[in-house]
Amino acid sequence: MGRKAPGFAAVAAFLLSVGACGGGITPTTQTDVGITSNSILLGTTNALSGAAAAYGTIANAENAYFTHVNNNQGGVNGRKITFKILDDGYNPAQTVPLTKQLVEQDQVFAMFSGLGTQTQTSVREYLNSKKVPQLFVATGATTWGKDFNSNQWTLSWQPPYQGEARIYAKDVLANHPNASIGVLYQNDDYGQDYLKGLTDGLGDKASTMIKDKESYDVTAANPFAQLTKLKGAGVDTVFLFSTPKPTIQSLAYITAGLHWEPTIYLNSVSNPQVYMGLAAKSGAALKNVTSVGYIKDPTDPQWAGDEGMKLYKQVIANCSTCNVNDGFNIYGVAVAYTMVDVIKQAGSNLTRANIMKIASSQLNESNPFLLPGIKVTTTSSDHFPIMQEQVITWAGTGWKLQGSLIDERGTIK
Amino acid sequence: MNRIRTAPPRYWLVALTLVFFLGFPTVISSFLASEWTQALILAIAIMGLNILVGYSGQLSLGHGAFMALGAYVSAILAHRYKMDYLVTVPIAAVFTGGVGFLFGIPALRLSPLYLALATFALAVVTPSLIKRPAGLTGGVQGILVLQPDPPDFAREAFAFVTGTAMTSDQWIYYITLLLAVVLFWLAWNLVRHRPGRAMRAIRDGEVAAAASGVNVAGYKTLAFGISAFYGGTAGSLFALSTGFISPDTFPVSLSIQLLVGAVVGGLASIPGPLLGAIFAFFLPIGSNQWVPSQTWLPDQITSTVKNAGPAVSYGVVLILIMMFAPNGIVGLLRSGYVILNRRLRGASDPKTGQMPPDPQTV
Repeated sequence: MGRKAPGFAAVAAFLLSVGACGGGITPTTQTDVGITSNSILLGTTNALSGAAAAYGTIANAENAYFTHVNNNQGGVNGRKITFKILDDGYNPAQTVPLTKQLVEQDQVFAMFSGLGTQTQTSVREYLNSKKVPQLFVATGATTWGKDFNSNQWTLSWQPPYQGEARIYAKDVLANHPNASIGVLYQNDDYGQDYLKGLTDGLGDKASTMIKDKESYDVTAANPFAQLTKLKGAGVDTVFLFSTPKPTIQSLAYITAGLHWEPTIYLNSVSNPQVYMGLAAKSGAALKNVTSVGYIKDPTDPQWAGDEGMKLYKQVIANCSTCNVNDGFNIYGVAVAYTMVDVIKQAGSNLTRANIMKIASSQLNESNPFLLPGIKVTTTSSDHFPIMQEQVITWAGTGWKLQGSLIDERGTIK
Repeated sequence: MNRIRTAPPRYWLVALTLVFFLGFPTVISSFLASEWTQALILAIAIMGLNILVGYSGQLSLGHGAFMALGAYVSAILAHRYKMDYLVTVPIAAVFTGGVGFLFGIPALRLSPLYLALATFALAVVTPSLIKRPAGLTGGVQGILVLQPDPPDFAREAFAFVTGTAMTSDQWIYYITLLLAVVLFWLAWNLVRHRPGRAMRAIRDGEVAAAASGVNVAGYKTLAFGISAFYGGTAGSLFALSTGFISPDTFPVSLSIQLLVGAVVGGLASIPGPLLGAIFAFFLPIGSNQWVPSQTWLPDQITSTVKNAGPAVSYGVVLILIMMFAPNGIVGLLRSGYVILNRRLRGASDPKTGQMPPDPQTV
């Protein structure tokens, strides 16, 4: 028995390695792990359950777009996309083993649209060391685009939080130059990113205009004490750099609890129409609320006849659990559109390296689900795909676009 | 030879288990080995919790906090002070043990319910506390932990057996296994001897224990310290095996997961934590990935499991365990063994029809 064991183990190891190499190498085109002659395997981790489960629908919407491409266009260049979604519950400790599972056991070609800053940071080093693309992570942290040179297998998609905050700064300087500002921000990289963008955007005036800034922890029950402090500090303009739940609480508390009517700037993370409706139901007056957008809002009647919106509604019908009015779903469809675009461009040279090259430096796409005029662009020196956004104001039942697109490209060093 | 033949069956079980865990990584993939590493790490943490809850009768809902402390001590020492990671493991363990001992002193004054609440509060504030000294802990950005390459002797031994090169994940598996074996052996010795008897006496009746001359305060704080020592070791290894830690790595649910594992495996038993850890680690993965893929299950069930995550499976299994196996998996196996033995040897033979007297179950 003792002598047989190594032999058996060697056979098992041989079988394992055969299994690992059995990716199907076709002689005519260049391919990679996770690619066969008729399929492409992508993987993701998202928060399908837990505190951040509201985001989980993004993965399903992405899958709906891939299904649409598979059914109506026969896949991308003849290859159908399979999308494996795993639930990490927004917990980095889960993201690591699940990502390892997708890479080493399921042998995905690339990771696509993983959700969350801490969760995706936890696997960045691993994926880069394995040279597995970590494409279009669903987080607006500035680090993804800024630190691209040290992590060349990782790329984000949406506008970075700092760029968005700079747009608010421009808007305040133009429309409320004498504002006295109070900031409520979440005490993590996400909130701090926004605060930095606002401070940088206001420039010299930051120290005089920002009267007070209060932070809350993501685990806190509510940010009421901080809002009371802001009101006490005598500010007339409030910035809410907070995730949906505390934002809804804040909007309601400002009206119903504090009987206060400041000008409100609301970060885009929490501006989907669904959340505004919830805030209104809880008693928020929602007067003078400003935010920014870059995706077409499915509830906005002005897009009723729009080709992109029609396509979105057709795509999202593939997902039985998706709410067509949820802004996260059109986000998912839009980012999946870019992914398909990248694979299409790779053509017969479908390797991990080539996919990364195209995504990080050769993107130049007009995405039908984004506001007209927005280009998804990357160059060899710029790795923030989307940098244009437009100011929007709340008009009782929906958001209204104001002015024209503002481009922040090149402002974040 | 005679000793081997008359050894109680549990010794054979121990030997079998050891052989299984030693040989397992040579036939499974490196990824699966990394999953089993995490299960073993949970086993160490649950063993610590078992000493506290199962043997000394103090409830803790905050053991994730001790894991977090151990993980951060190791990661900071390795990352900032460039220490060899393996050297930092015992440092983290001892440090966490000391903190646990100190935490045990005020905990003495709390009745079980309030102790549970106090430890729960510890688990709740831990992620926020970690964020504050951002310069030290890296704040929300977390700390990357570089995984060590296997040393030459391990690489050669592994290559000799399997013919393939050893990965970092497999090396970390064997480090964890070694520590788990040592810590389980220590726990087994602890509970069979004087401190273990004292702890059980306190659990079963504090006044009676004090009347018999047991130092109640001393042993209760000692149990906290030892328990935190195990938690710190587990946390340190956890950081090593995941390669990255951040405040959200140690949510409240981790502490609950540990307690569920301890209860399901079987409190106040030595194999319990191992079984409980395997259960606690693989159940969430199974419930998230296996249940939704089953077409024969009604849609309502699969969608509930999908939306609620592992919590719903934990709930169902816990209820089933409470109903059918109140002493956990180990209790179930033990009573099954007794029944089987009686059947095989005949109920009329009471002497051989019973388990050998087991000091652990006293």
